[in-house]
Amino acid sequence: MTPRRQRIIAITLILAGVSAAAALGLTALSSNILFFYTPTQLLSGEVPPAAAIRLGGLVTKGSVKRTPDSLKISFDLTDQQHTVRVRYEGLLPDLFREGQGIVAQGRLAADRVFNANEVLAKHDENYMPPELAAHLPKVKDTAP
Amino acid sequence: MIPELGHFALILALVIATLQFALPLAGAQLVRVRWMALARPAAGAQCLFSALAFGCLIASFIGNDFSVVYVANNSNTELPLPYRIAAVWGAHEGSLLLWSLILSVWMVAVARFSHAMPLAFVARVLAVMGIINVGFLSFMILTSNPFARQFPAAAEGRDLNPLLQDPGLVMHPPMLYMGYVGFSVAFSFAIAALIGGRLDAPWARWSRPWTLMAWIFLTVGIALGSWWAYYELGWGGWWFWDPVENASFMPWLLGTALIHSLAVTDKRDAFKRWTCLLAICAFSLSLLGTFLVRSGVLTSVHAFATDPERGVYILGILVLTVGGSLLLYAVRAPRIVDTGRFNPFSREGLLLINNCVLLVAAAAVLLGTLYPLALDALGLGKISVGPPYFNTVFVPLMLLLGLALGLGPLTRWKSHGGRELANRLRPVAFACATAAMSAAIVLGQGKMIFTFLGLFVATWVLLSTALAVRERWAHQHTLKGMMRALSPGFSGMALAHLGFALTLVGVTVTSLYGAERDVKLAIGETAELGGYRFRMERLRSVAGPNYDATEARIVALREEVVVAELYPQKRIYRVQTSPMTEAAIDAGFTRDLYVALGEPVGKEAWSVRLQVKPCVRWIWLGAMVMALGGILAASDRRYRFGLRPAPVRLDGATDPAA
Repeated sequence: MTPRRQRIIAITLILAGVSAAAALGLTALSSNILFFYTPTQLLSGEVPPAAAIRLGGLVTKGSVKRTPDSLKISFDLTDQQHTVRVRYEGLLPDLFREGQGIVAQGRLAADRVFNANEVLAKHDENYMPPELAAHLPKVKDTAP
Repeated sequence: MIPELGHFALILALVIATLQFALPLAGAQLVRVRWMALARPAAGAQCLFSALAFGCLIASFIGNDFSVVYVANNSNTELPLPYRIAAVWGAHEGSLLLWSLILSVWMVAVARFSHAMPLAFVARVLAVMGIINVGFLSFMILTSNPFARQFPAAAEGRDLNPLLQDPGLVMHPPMLYMGYVGFSVAFSFAIAALIGGRLDAPWARWSRPWTLMAWIFLTVGIALGSWWAYYELGWGGWWFWDPVENASFMPWLLGTALIHSLAVTDKRDAFKRWTCLLAICAFSLSLLGTFLVRSGVLTSVHAFATDPERGVYILGILVLTVGGSLLLYAVRAPRIVDTGRFNPFSREGLLLINNCVLLVAAAAVLLGTLYPLALDALGLGKISVGPPYFNTVFVPLMLLLGLALGLGPLTRWKSHGGRELANRLRPVAFACATAAMSAAIVLGQGKMIFTFLGLFVATWVLLSTALAVRERWAHQHTLKGMMRALSPGFSGMALAHLGFALTLVGVTVTSLYGAERDVKLAIGETAELGGYRFRMERLRSVAGPNYDATEARIVALREEVVVAELYPQKRIYRVQTSPMTEAAIDAGFTRDLYVALGEPVGKEAWSVRLQVKPCVRWIWLGAMVMALGGILAASDRRYRFGLRPAPVRLDGATDPAA
């Protein structure tokens, strides 16, 4: 094999490998992304039905209900225009509390209740998920 | 007074860094020995003033000087002393100061251990490191001064983020930064060689120990971070594919590639341009990581700043560094010629595969990390890319890497017969397949394919490394001879590969066979999980130095015998009134029992998360073994050229330091 021929083969192989990797990567990416929505967007039907999404909002004060003798919990999530009921079973993060901005991951069920399989409320009490902060202009700026 | 002193020292360090950039670089271009000779003392002085500034900040923290904004925001009189010191790098400004200090420490190390290199080269290296520090020092002074005052002083500090009040935090950021910043040495070597127009084997040999050292620190830093997340974040995960974790992982992947490609450049005079590009990319990713973490683009426990000015400034530094170095590369690289020729099937070929796989892995992580940011910036919606993406892409790549990794040490440079290798490896492959298959059948539970793949590759790495060692011992019959037959470089490599195998076993077994359950436990109640019974014995209140906690006593039983007593806590830190889950872990070589308290459910009962995590320690054990391998390899006598001054002439200039 001449060096030139060798090089052509090498380049072809590299190109094939790169395109295969890119194709696999993009497929994996597109099937594993989660979009972020607010309750208003969710209720206005912007969200494809039964799609897994991230829903962000504030936990309405006084709305947290626990089922006795189990870890089932439900609460209202609001963007101060619309409110969605969220159902969840399991342990809540340390910083979950009423009035706090949180993100719930899951699907909207047929009964218009959001079934969350994960609830995120990271960081200190000043923390606001950036997605949420963008949708809540009325919330006070918490920078020190 | 002390904060002003620190601020002043910082400004002096900036002035010296500017000089350290300008004069030695000009000296190297114009062949002015005196200018070049300035580089070493300048590095020392810069380090001195950075250390002074750092000391002043520590003093302000120890003295509870709440007139300093940074101290007031991150400390408290009740905070225990070790955490008051660790709080120095607990937030944005202080961690930048640490970054800059560590950079100057690396500079001094380069100045000290470089007497065998030509003065012009050293001058250029230190000049490049100087300009990097100019970027960071000016960033600090202009946008994030750690010594900024407030009047009147705060009566009490706002306390350190409770998540960070942990021994893991004391070590994790310095280690990680040593690694991140350490790649600046390899970067500066590459840039200096490009400026000087000489990318040759000595350049690669000089770079190797430095790159290895940085890689060791980064390995330890990432492992510490993962371990910390495991026990402190409270939910027993050891890797979340969080953008911040990815930010440290990408330089690690490229750093690993760089170590291997430097070996080829050093030994075979091949891959020169590629190595140079990798050195640039590894450090660029370190900078990108700093940008992502520090600019507030990402929100996580690490993102302290949300000031857009800061983000723009770091982005500027990033663009200048990456753009400038790639431009230089584009101008100079075509002149570089590789002399080492090799067949596709040879050790070079396998190392090339290693490099490609690591590069693709880093690119995949980069894509997953930046894609949401790019989409958001373009206004196309807010998304998050979760662990499934990363796992889908990453797992096959690592398995492929493991297969190539087993072959590498067994092949010869230049060219190797495929059939001969196949003959040597047939028993190994057979043994691996048998072992992995039987393990998969025993463990079972419908996850046989993945168990088989993970364990096959792990044993493949293990046994082929053992084969490589045994072949080196073929004619050695004494222990002494055996020791001598393995150079530190080779045994370091073998050890690091062994570490990879251990981590792979840990990841495979933990991910596939870890059990987890959320339950409600009242006093006296039990719950079953993974062959263990967990019984809640009692609850009590505990007062810590700056927190109050509820502590549970939960015992784990196996066949009615108590195997572990666990004391998980739920803490409320008094100042920030934030709750913190303090998990209780019974650590073991084969399994961890992990118990975390959720919240009170009714009277005398708590929601509890129970986990049984088999082999989870192997993940970090493997990382430590990798780091040990790195240390062993770096200790190779081949690299001890720095201490021995040797007269060298370059560009017609004599080295006065020699």
